[in-house]
Amino acid sequence: MTQLILFNLFNGLIIGAFYALMALGLSLILNLSGVINFAHGGFLAIGAYLAFTLMPYIGFWGALIVAPLVTALLGIAVERMLISRLYGRDPLYGLLLTFGLAFILEDGTRYLWGAATLPFSVPGWMQSPLSNEFFFLTGYRLFMVLLVVVVVAALFLILGYTRLGMRIRAGTLDLEMVSVLGVNVRVLRNLNFGLGIFLAGLAGVLAAGMLGLQPTIGSTLIMPSFVAIIIGGLGSLPGTLLGGLLIGVASGLTAVFFPSASEAVIYVMMGLVLLVRPRGLLGEEGRF
Amino acid sequence: MQVDRRAAHALVWLLLLTMPFWLDWVDGYTALGTRIVVLALAAMSLNFLLGFTGVLSFGHAAYFGLGAYGLGMTIKYLVPSTLAGMAVGVIAGTLAAMLLGALIVRLRGIYFAMVTIAFGQVFYFIAYRWNAVTGGDDGLSGWRRQPVDLGFVRIDLLGSDNALYYWCLFWFAAAVLIMAALLRSPFGRTLLAIRENERRARFLGIPIDRHIWLSWVISCLFVSLAGTLYALLNSFADPHDLRWDQSGDFVIMAVLGGMRSFWGPLIGAAVYVVLQDYISSQTENWMSFIGLFFVLVVLFFPRGVMGVLRRRSAP
Repeated sequence: MTQLILFNLFNGLIIGAFYALMALGLSLILNLSGVINFAHGGFLAIGAYLAFTLMPYIGFWGALIVAPLVTALLGIAVERMLISRLYGRDPLYGLLLTFGLAFILEDGTRYLWGAATLPFSVPGWMQSPLSNEFFFLTGYRLFMVLLVVVVVAALFLILGYTRLGMRIRAGTLDLEMVSVLGVNVRVLRNLNFGLGIFLAGLAGVLAAGMLGLQPTIGSTLIMPSFVAIIIGGLGSLPGTLLGGLLIGVASGLTAVFFPSASEAVIYVMMGLVLLVRPRGLLGEEGRF
Repeated sequence: MQVDRRAAHALVWLLLLTMPFWLDWVDGYTALGTRIVVLALAAMSLNFLLGFTGVLSFGHAAYFGLGAYGLGMTIKYLVPSTLAGMAVGVIAGTLAAMLLGALIVRLRGIYFAMVTIAFGQVFYFIAYRWNAVTGGDDGLSGWRRQPVDLGFVRIDLLGSDNALYYWCLFWFAAAVLIMAALLRSPFGRTLLAIRENERRARFLGIPIDRHIWLSWVISCLFVSLAGTLYALLNSFADPHDLRWDQSGDFVIMAVLGGMRSFWGPLIGAAVYVVLQDYISSQTENWMSFIGLFFVLVVLFFPRGVMGVLRRRSAP
């Protein structure tokens, strides 16, 4: 029993790490540009499939770095051509546009790579369990958690200490002021969008190694990311991280006792958080 | 102008009343007409909130689907009566909206939209997971719409496509007339005031949250009514009716027709349903085309059909 609980706890932590990676990207875009990026899941799938295609040529490690970068470039292009036209308009239009994009991206991956599940092989030494007692603790899973920790730490360092990061943070507080101070807001939002999509692509590669490749991989992961943002509090990146981990662990634990509710439980959590603290766990009062 | 408007209203009703007779000439079929009427009701109900209160909900499919499942499950498990099913469906949708509405009514704008999307998924997962009762991924089948016996007349919904069309049109008309009357009332004017400037409305002493909550509940009530009619039309309830893509469909219908116009969503629904019917019969990649359509509408046609018509006619 303890082992079962531990197994599901760890599983939940991994899933939570995915949610967090994806939700952090969504959050970055939402905070600076005010756009709920429905197409985030589509970009995640693109990242995963690109890694699949690139792997025979540049290997797992190469794909892990190159695929998210290419996805980010695609995201930057999409932002420049389509999404940037909608800034300052009713948020409704951003929602509808990215909603349409999500359809196109999902159908596009299906068209290019087929609807069937494709195998995504990670290096062999990663697949074997590290110890007999904890059979679920494969190298790949441990690696994923470590990678997410490193990436999230890097993200917070970038936001905290580099010029770009400081401008992004300042922009989320008062974009007009940042613009007046001579920062090119157009470029800033563009790069920020790329950063968010990079995280989505990375989450895609990691998810592919664990769940296999399917065109719908993005749309199954996007809703929990929304929940993670809401639970953590809109506008707060640490909150988003916390929200992602929380719902991952919660759905992992629910899977032990009441498997059919493992998806619904996160929405119940969201309802409770909204009831007692409408701005989310770490959200600031009055920002949204 | 007043005469113009009356003439336009009369024309809309005339077209709707005679639809089964001319739909064949334009290569349609009666079930397509019924679909348009039902989805138009859903889009117009959404627009009560979206266009006339200025609150962005992206989760109306949940209440639409609750209506559909409420009707289907009542007929399948409880009583084989269409009216009872519709009552249960509408009550289920409205109750859920009242409860969740109380949670989200304090949120605004993009935050409101996001929470409505996320909450919509709860019902999807319930329908999807609770196999034994809801039929899971395959949907709720194994039941049929029942004839309606009103004592003096029997409406044969099962045998006659036209009877079903007029049954749906009756409820459409009832719902639409109620919504129009509400919008003309002081309550409706208050909603417009909130849409135009929430802060000023608050300074005037209007209880904003209560009005938005009421508008949300009314909107969801009529959406769940549309959901029950949709299940009647298909004799089937699909978990997809509850999902977020269905909510997106309602929003695009409202935007495509024109959010600021009362009849706009009807036009949007007609265009969208016909287009979807055509595209999905032509290509397997219909999703891409629908997605492209969304993008094009947003970029080049954000005011919708009615918005463009109005601007043209203005001096």
